[in-house]
Amino acid sequence: MKSLIDGSESSLRAFLDNLPGVDKVGAEGRAAMLATRSIKTTSKAKAIDLAIKMVDLTTLEGADTPGKVKSLCAKGFRPDPTDASVPHVGAICVYNDMVEIARKHLDSIGGQDIPVAAVSTAFPSGRASMEVKLRDTKDAIEAGASEIDMVIDRGAFLSGRIGEVFEEIREIKSLCGDRAHLKVILETGELATYDNVRKASYLAMLAGADFIKTSTGKVTPAATAPVVLVMLEAVRDFYKLTGQRIGVKPAGGIRTTKDAIKQLVLVNETAGPEWLTPDLFRIGASALLNDLLMQRMKLRDGRYSGSNYVTVD
Amino acid sequence: MRLDVMKTYKLYIGGAFPRSESGRSYELKDKKGNFVANPALASRKDLRDAVVAARSAFNGWSHATAFNRGQILYRIAEMLEGRSLQFIEEISALEGVSQTSAKKQVQEAIDLWVWYAGWCDKISTSAGGTNPIAGPYYNFTIPEPLGVVGVIAEEKESLLGLTRGLAPVIAGGNTAVLIASESAPLPAITLAEVLATSDLPGGVVNILTGKRSELVPWLAGHMEVDGIDISGVAKTLDGEIKRAGSENLKRIHRFNKDVSPNRMLSFMEYKTVWHPIGI
Amino acid sequence: MSTEIFEYAPAPESRAIVDIKSEYGLYINGKWVAPHSKKRFASINPATEEVLSKVSLADATDIDKAVKAARSAYNKVWAKMAPKERAKYLFRIARLLQERAREFAVLEALDNGKPIRETRDVDVPLSAAHFFYHAGWADKLNYAGYGDNPKPYGVVGQIIPWNFPLLMLAWKVAPALATGNTVVLKPAETTPLTALLFADICEQAELPAGVVNIVTGDGSTGAALVNHKDIDKIAFTGSTEVGKLIAKSIADRGIPATLELGGKGANIVFDDAPIDEAVEGIINGIFFNQGHVCCAGSRLLLQESIVDEFIEKLQVRMAKIRVGDPLDKNTDLGAINSSAQLAKIKEMSESGSKEGAQIWSAPCALPTKGYWFAPTIFTGVTQAHRIAREEIFGPVLSVLTFRTPSEAMEKANNTPFGLSAGVWTEKGSKILWAANELKAGVIWANTFNKFDAASPFGGYKESGWGREGGRHGLAAYLKGAK
Repeated sequence: MKSLIDGSESSLRAFLDNLPGVDKVGAEGRAAMLATRSIKTTSKAKAIDLAIKMVDLTTLEGADTPGKVKSLCAKGFRPDPTDASVPHVGAICVYNDMVEIARKHLDSIGGQDIPVAAVSTAFPSGRASMEVKLRDTKDAIEAGASEIDMVIDRGAFLSGRIGEVFEEIREIKSLCGDRAHLKVILETGELATYDNVRKASYLAMLAGADFIKTSTGKVTPAATAPVVLVMLEAVRDFYKLTGQRIGVKPAGGIRTTKDAIKQLVLVNETAGPEWLTPDLFRIGASALLNDLLMQRMKLRDGRYSGSNYVTVD
Repeated sequence: MRLDVMKTYKLYIGGAFPRSESGRSYELKDKKGNFVANPALASRKDLRDAVVAARSAFNGWSHATAFNRGQILYRIAEMLEGRSLQFIEEISALEGVSQTSAKKQVQEAIDLWVWYAGWCDKISTSAGGTNPIAGPYYNFTIPEPLGVVGVIAEEKESLLGLTRGLAPVIAGGNTAVLIASESAPLPAITLAEVLATSDLPGGVVNILTGKRSELVPWLAGHMEVDGIDISGVAKTLDGEIKRAGSENLKRIHRFNKDVSPNRMLSFMEYKTVWHPIGI
Repeated sequence: MSTEIFEYAPAPESRAIVDIKSEYGLYINGKWVAPHSKKRFASINPATEEVLSKVSLADATDIDKAVKAARSAYNKVWAKMAPKERAKYLFRIARLLQERAREFAVLEALDNGKPIRETRDVDVPLSAAHFFYHAGWADKLNYAGYGDNPKPYGVVGQIIPWNFPLLMLAWKVAPALATGNTVVLKPAETTPLTALLFADICEQAELPAGVVNIVTGDGSTGAALVNHKDIDKIAFTGSTEVGKLIAKSIADRGIPATLELGGKGANIVFDDAPIDEAVEGIINGIFFNQGHVCCAGSRLLLQESIVDEFIEKLQVRMAKIRVGDPLDKNTDLGAINSSAQLAKIKEMSESGSKEGAQIWSAPCALPTKGYWFAPTIFTGVTQAHRIAREEIFGPVLSVLTFRTPSEAMEKANNTPFGLSAGVWTEKGSKILWAANELKAGVIWANTFNKFDAASPFGGYKESGWGREGGRHGLAAYLKGAK
């Protein structure tokens, strides 16, 4: 990777300030146009299976229990118990203290190749000392997480302390090393503008993110199409600059097959088909999976399925 | 006794007072048959020079603030007022009207300059506006000057007629090539002296005296001319002028002594600007 | 592997919704009548060369009949009608167009070759919006700024082009009717079908006979309409060449004309532009409607410092344009409207190569039947090239460069046309400066090819006379209004 900045805050600032702006209406117009793509028949079938493989099946509740997490793992491994041709999901995403339970349960049911992702660095607000954030991450990795979904310090970003944000990501990345993939959550709903989304995307990529992720799921708006568009443009252009492909993960608000397919269209026509793999595109979701399954049954059986024909978790 | 010093009536092009490049002039007599002057008989090349001057002056004049243009038009009225007697003399001699009638014409002309002076910074407000778009866009429309406009002054009421044509054209930010009344051209040239001392940039108004039959076809066909006020031409020539003018789709209009902001708008173009709204 | 994952399967819109008759008469005085000449000509689907229908060729006799019907309707019904009632007819038409939107969208795509996505999302909704907007004006003309009780002209002859058949009909008919005129409308030779279907809307709206007359035909029909002695006004949208002919034809009669003619719009991208949206804007500016757009941004003016980066992004984006079946919901670029237009585009394109510009076309497979042209750009174009001066009216973009803002303005304005221009920069003061400098009737800043019933549209210089749309567009149909 070519070095785009020399590591100093001033070079980082110069780089980010030099990025072209995003025109809101234009970006939203492009996203809206892509949302009119009509994905039918064979393409729809392929898109549904691809989307299932990209789901980071998530539970991030205060009420989470080992039982809840285990059933989530079972669901992620075998989404449709009646149809073995349904692929497993991309990952299971849980809070730090549930990582070990998830890892062990997946291993015990044959899901060794499904990674466990942990939300980290004082998720979702990120309001903790660096020491705590590092410890949080270290715990997750040691418990078996191979993917870390960290949050950035939006307060620091918005008040212009971008060097701090950059350093935090770098330290977490260095802790992850090659033990865990790092997904950096920008929490775009709090960044407020597309210009900020673009800057934060580059900041995260420059600091070593393997993925950039839209949201925690705790803030709305979350993974809107134009936000994902801007992030996909960023990874596309970053690849052009560095030869390195960074992944994108929309999370929050993607509940239906239609929503998911729109995301795939965005990927296909923005970053390009090279990004249409779980290695480079994930969808953070929970309810989405069942809708994908029901749509899959519809294609298979030629009739609409019902909620009792998919499992609640 | 003292012999009067007679004035040489010349053309007004680009702020200067040249003779016709052709070296020609024509004899002008008053209604009693007495010799009055030998105004220049402009050629098509003089017309060409006038159009060049008008085009070069357009950028500056059209970009001047509307307030500034209003000030200058008002200054024209001030200078006219001071020269009233000279205009009255010329009008009564050439048009054969009484001093009272000539005076009335001059006063009306002055008042008309004042009226259009006030329009300069109001036409955009009264004729422009914002448009409510069904989407996140700011959208507004404003009238802008057309470019170089030929004004063929009304033959009668030599000063008032040319004012009715010329004032709205330059008030709107255009530059003009004026073809003066053929039978009574002197007020036009005397007006040129007024314009030259009114802070009006050279070339904004260019004045030709001579034969319409010779000049008008060249004006109508000139591709650098954007519009023509043909109020001073016989109606029978409309077809010929409009056909020649269609080569560059000139805006060609005839007015019946109208005094109206529509006369300004006839030689202006509406521009509509769109911009998205969003952070 | 991943490339084949997401080939979009065909997603054709059904054409069953449209009932195309095998032949059509002329719609005169509220009735379908056979043409005096007995001649009919085919309207074909340019995407397949399939004959869709045979339509009537109107001659001077038919035109005379239509003008008489319009005159009679004007005198006896339309001019006398209370404006608020006139308004309600227009509201009815707007609603009927909305109700039958899909039908019009499919028919327009079939007859014109443009993609269903555009007919569905642009042509038809904008057409309905145009009637809705003007309906409201009908009883408020005293407040339009044209004095008390402004008067209509009477009978208006209207000639519309093939690039936006229904939308141009709406742009013509809605303001004419709202202001109290009656019309004789001639649709384009290659795209008459939506206008003929519009006659059906007039019937359903119970519009009085003769208020709208629709006469199909070719150039001779248009000439007969222009030359008819009892027409009070002409409204034409089409080429500058024909516009000038019309101006000559009516020179002796002293009747006014609105002319919406050609363009060679400059789309100017500064180095501080929102680049990704600018790329989209350039794409939309030249490839929208196959480039069959008078206000197309057919000249891209790029600041020299961003040329390579921008062209590369543009080519990547162009490669994603989906060319093909106009009825497929995922098609971005449809068929060229006619073989004649295709020949013209090819000729212009060849001249570009001959004059030394570098051609690049998007790598897309073109259907074997029908008229097709791949999205194409020319780089290394100079002001002296024909492709920088003449309207191509196809999906062909000419790229020029500039060093300073003033140079950009100078190049943008260096054309006999003056319809549209685009400016892309994030610097507000530069936008307003450029908008001030550009000699064009419509300036799109950080956007392009946007249209709205409330927004006046029309050109400077040889791009035409007058405006359509908005308050200013009403002036075209009211005596003495400017």
